[in-house]
Amino acid sequence: MGTVLELRGLSKRFQEQVALDDLNLCIGEGELFSLLGPSGCGKTTTLRLVAGFEEPTAGEVRLRGESLAGKRPFERNVSTVFQSYALFPHLTVRENIEFGLRYKRGGDGRRRVKECVEMLELGDKQGRKPEQLSGGEKQRVALARSLVVQPDVLLLDEPLSALDPNLRSQVRAELRSLQRRVGITFVFITHDQEEALSVSDRIALLNRGRLEQVGSPRDLYLRPASRFAAGFLGPVNWIDGIGVRPEKTRIEAAAGGAGARRMAATVESSTFLGNCLHVETRTESGQRVVAEVARLDGVQSGQRVEVAWAAEDEIRLPE
Amino acid sequence: MRGLRELCLAPAAAVLAALFAAPMGILAAYSLMTRGAYGGVATPFTLEGWRRMADALYVAVLIKSFVVAGISTALCVLLGFPLALFIARAGARKNLYLALVMLPFWTSFLIRTYAWMFLLRDTGLVNTVLLGLGLIHEPLPLLYNWGAVILGLVYGYLPFVVLPLYASLERQDPALEETAADLGARPVETLFRVTIPLCAPGLRAGAMLVFIPCLGAYLTPDLLGGGKTILMGTLIQNQFSSARDWPFGSALSLGLMALVTALLWMQARRKGETLP
Repeated sequence: MGTVLELRGLSKRFQEQVALDDLNLCIGEGELFSLLGPSGCGKTTTLRLVAGFEEPTAGEVRLRGESLAGKRPFERNVSTVFQSYALFPHLTVRENIEFGLRYKRGGDGRRRVKECVEMLELGDKQGRKPEQLSGGEKQRVALARSLVVQPDVLLLDEPLSALDPNLRSQVRAELRSLQRRVGITFVFITHDQEEALSVSDRIALLNRGRLEQVGSPRDLYLRPASRFAAGFLGPVNWIDGIGVRPEKTRIEAAAGGAGARRMAATVESSTFLGNCLHVETRTESGQRVVAEVARLDGVQSGQRVEVAWAAEDEIRLPE
Repeated sequence: MRGLRELCLAPAAAVLAALFAAPMGILAAYSLMTRGAYGGVATPFTLEGWRRMADALYVAVLIKSFVVAGISTALCVLLGFPLALFIARAGARKNLYLALVMLPFWTSFLIRTYAWMFLLRDTGLVNTVLLGLGLIHEPLPLLYNWGAVILGLVYGYLPFVVLPLYASLERQDPALEETAADLGARPVETLFRVTIPLCAPGLRAGAMLVFIPCLGAYLTPDLLGGGKTILMGTLIQNQFSSARDWPFGSALSLGLMALVTALLWMQARRKGETLP
């Protein structure tokens, strides 16, 4: 798998503020790569540097081995799907999709438009104006418009956040399968760890302009490199420097069970969440430990129990 | 609530009725009467005023007015668009530039037109400087011609194009231009395929705000044209002053107004807006 997009020592400073600090990443051919992080972590800055809307303060972006330094957005073979979709409101769906065609030499443009329209099921929407479309349809038009120009890398800025929550998991799966079909490298910008975990081949976690960790979803969730990474990908109980995820924490009414790490605690509250029971406990040293368990028979608030977990489920941070 | 709403609207309605509808009614009545010997109007009622409008002489003035207003509007748009774009992209300085655009409104239009006369006349600043530099040997005829009239109109109405255009451009989502660039469009192509089409409403509004007053302009053609340039505005004014033909003047006023209204209505209908 060759590298398509390479970021070398990429930094961006706005006046005094450091938006991105020495980011190094290699993104492979056909990969679905996520840039994950809280707002202000530098993920959007990274996207804008790759697309060419901003110039880096230091470092460079390389596309297929060539430096993009000094190249303007229209000279870069990357395409962006904006969070707002940025459809041209004065053009029809068809005209939107065909917008980039005249700048793209070679290949059969008409056929690509037809393919993209079919793939994104926009056949009956072609004559509509963007204002007549639903959020999901707008997104499909934006995707088709970007795919028609056959970019080396497709950048997607928070593609799901503008959608109805009920639609998100469905669209997530559709994006994943679309990416597999077209084989183009997708760089997915998101602040939602569940989104990143569920679609990505690899994730780069950013925090305050710096790369925190890069790896597969499994790596990041199970073997986070830092306390921040562990906490950002999901809730963690930190018990004497060792992390345990709530879903790996058990509640045992009887003391002295074998084969596990355990600790005495008092149940403070339990909340039914539908798919699980969210139990808050406090250990004798005053530590709060949360457990998500399937059921909890005969345990009440104020009751003394033991919280337990398996040694292999512990998160150990590198020293 | 309903009563309160009507109460609040009443003063404006009264002002409109008294200062707009009533004079229009008077104008309509005058246009159907006979001219008085020393100005004013007299009986009997006649359609003479309206009939004279079809005279080739006056049709020529109307056409000339349309041409001058059209040229002035085109120049205002050509000059105003880059200016509006510049201001809309000026970031923190936006408000300063907008204030500068509106600064001339702080002085009377009459005074500003006189200022142009001082600049353009034979012994004015421009000719004095050019003569002093030896670039010319006799004053250029800068004043009292069509050029001076159009210059004055463009100068006077430029802000009316800049402001609506600025409002249109300011509202535009910057992501749209970025998307165009992202899809491979160069800045010029983005300008013509995205930026300009998107500010079409502002462009139309601005053009109308310039075209209509230019069509009926009186002050500028009178002062900068020096009476040699007869346009609709000056023609109408003449009827009420030197020609003392109030019925014809009234008919011309209403006729011009009707024509402009009809044009606006047709244009709006073509755009598919709902109208009575």
